[in-house]
Amino acid sequence: MFSAFMLHAWIVATLVAVAAGCVGFFVVARRAAFAAHALPLGAFPGAAAASLMGVNEFWGLAGFAVLGVLAIGQLQRAGRREVASALWLASALALGVLLLGLSGRYAQSVYGLLFGDLLGIDTRQMAVVAGFSGLTVALVAWVARPLLLDSLSSELASAAGARAAALEFVFLGILALSTAIAVPVVGALLVFSLMVGPASAARAFTDRPWRSLAVAVGICLATVWSAIALAYVTNWPVGFFVGALSALCYAAGRLRGGTVALAQVA
Amino acid sequence: MDSICTWGHMGGFWCNQPVRVALAVGGGAALVCAVVGLSTVMRRQAFAGHALADVSGAGGSASYLLGINPLFGFLGMAAAAAGVMEWAQVREARERDLLTGVVLGAGLGLAALLLYLDMTVRNVSGAAITVLFGSMFTIPPSIVPVALIVAAAALGASALIFRPLLVSTLSIDLARAQGARVRTIARIHAMALALAVSLAAMTVGAILSTALLIGPAAAALQVARRPASALALAVLIGLAATWGGIALAYQSYYWTPGRGWPVSFFIVMLIVCAYLLASAVARRRSGSSATAPLSGCQEH
Repeated sequence: MFSAFMLHAWIVATLVAVAAGCVGFFVVARRAAFAAHALPLGAFPGAAAASLMGVNEFWGLAGFAVLGVLAIGQLQRAGRREVASALWLASALALGVLLLGLSGRYAQSVYGLLFGDLLGIDTRQMAVVAGFSGLTVALVAWVARPLLLDSLSSELASAAGARAAALEFVFLGILALSTAIAVPVVGALLVFSLMVGPASAARAFTDRPWRSLAVAVGICLATVWSAIALAYVTNWPVGFFVGALSALCYAAGRLRGGTVALAQVA
Repeated sequence: MDSICTWGHMGGFWCNQPVRVALAVGGGAALVCAVVGLSTVMRRQAFAGHALADVSGAGGSASYLLGINPLFGFLGMAAAAAGVMEWAQVREARERDLLTGVVLGAGLGLAALLLYLDMTVRNVSGAAITVLFGSMFTIPPSIVPVALIVAAAALGASALIFRPLLVSTLSIDLARAQGARVRTIARIHAMALALAVSLAAMTVGAILSTALLIGPAAAALQVARRPASALALAVLIGLAATWGGIALAYQSYYWTPGRGWPVSFFIVMLIVCAYLLASAVARRRSGSSATAPLSGCQEH
């Protein structure tokens, strides 16, 4: 389980889990689950486009993630938020289907991009993931205070001089960044399980926002490590265990009487 | 019917068996999605609709494993997910958002497992593409009657609850005062949503069905001033995009020889264009006159 070819999987998963935990805390606080789902999944045609053009997958993914941030931001202005996410997601995926169809690489690569492939990670990919994870965590630390204030009360935040539109943009940007890195690892569909389940469970364990963030990261790490171990033993896909474990986390949080809204706490 | 087979080079289009099946099933799906999508968008349940569609993909994957009709797989899983979300009903909007997300994550995880088992146990390799992105021209003709019955059931349920659902969407208190059973209506709507979503998942695929569900309805709500005209417009956009998409995909075999472009791509792109057009119209109109009354309940 800890042999050389699994080592990369463990390291990358750990990095992704830390970033996902930090971002997930804000996803839960800002009620942005749909955006957290739409951005990573909407980045997936980026990988197809990159393979058509023969560049590294990461740049395609990052490019489409940025495109997603701009599109959702623009569509949000015209209508409501969830419609914006839904329409961006649908058009990105439709484009992805077309690109994959034209490039002729189909079934297996789609499955890998959507549901993840922890075993095929090389050293260069690991370096890119480490860089992006570090950047995500640094950005979160940089905007954490105004972002939290804005999530709890946008009136209070604007009174304190924060610009809501700019903060939303930065938040979506961080979301996109953290998802682009995670796509080849846990897959587009399940990056967001890591963001939503652990962070919502964390609310049940503490009332304090920053402690809650730390707990979220902890649960993320526990989830991803157990998922890899279980996947190694059973030979089933990692994504299944990530999804199931984070649903269990959420259920455990609910049972612990954890519907304590952050808003009442701060 | 066969006389149109001789109409120019589009003649073959109408006489092609897979095309006829696609037109029938796609049309049914578009009709139902437009009707159910309208209340879904107005009730701010776009995320729930999307989640049901994605989760129904797990059912589609299971159908390969069990060797049953894929429509029943999609339906069973969508109904189960709708049941879970209704059962664990939560009042607070934030909590509903999270619950939807968690159900979606777990459902997708299950889909990953089932697709993996499809590949390893049954040696079905194209299942991931078919289930997630649909393949309209490979729908077996035997599905048509079942699909049309499902469509009729969803339409019937929507018609039954149309007025009380509209009232309870605008104001729950008003609906209660009128004696409507708000909880029951919400449950019936969730089931109609599950039916619509599984039909759409059959046609454009599980993760693209959101476009069929949300797009036409959201576009219609941008410009329509009355519920009836919104309904008519949504149905029109949905049908036009679906049938237009099928026709374009059929044509695309001539563009890139030997390889057609996916139907789902054309349908989604037509829907997105309709939405952008509708927002442009709405923006021009809001400059000159009062905004559509229906858009008032879009933004709170």
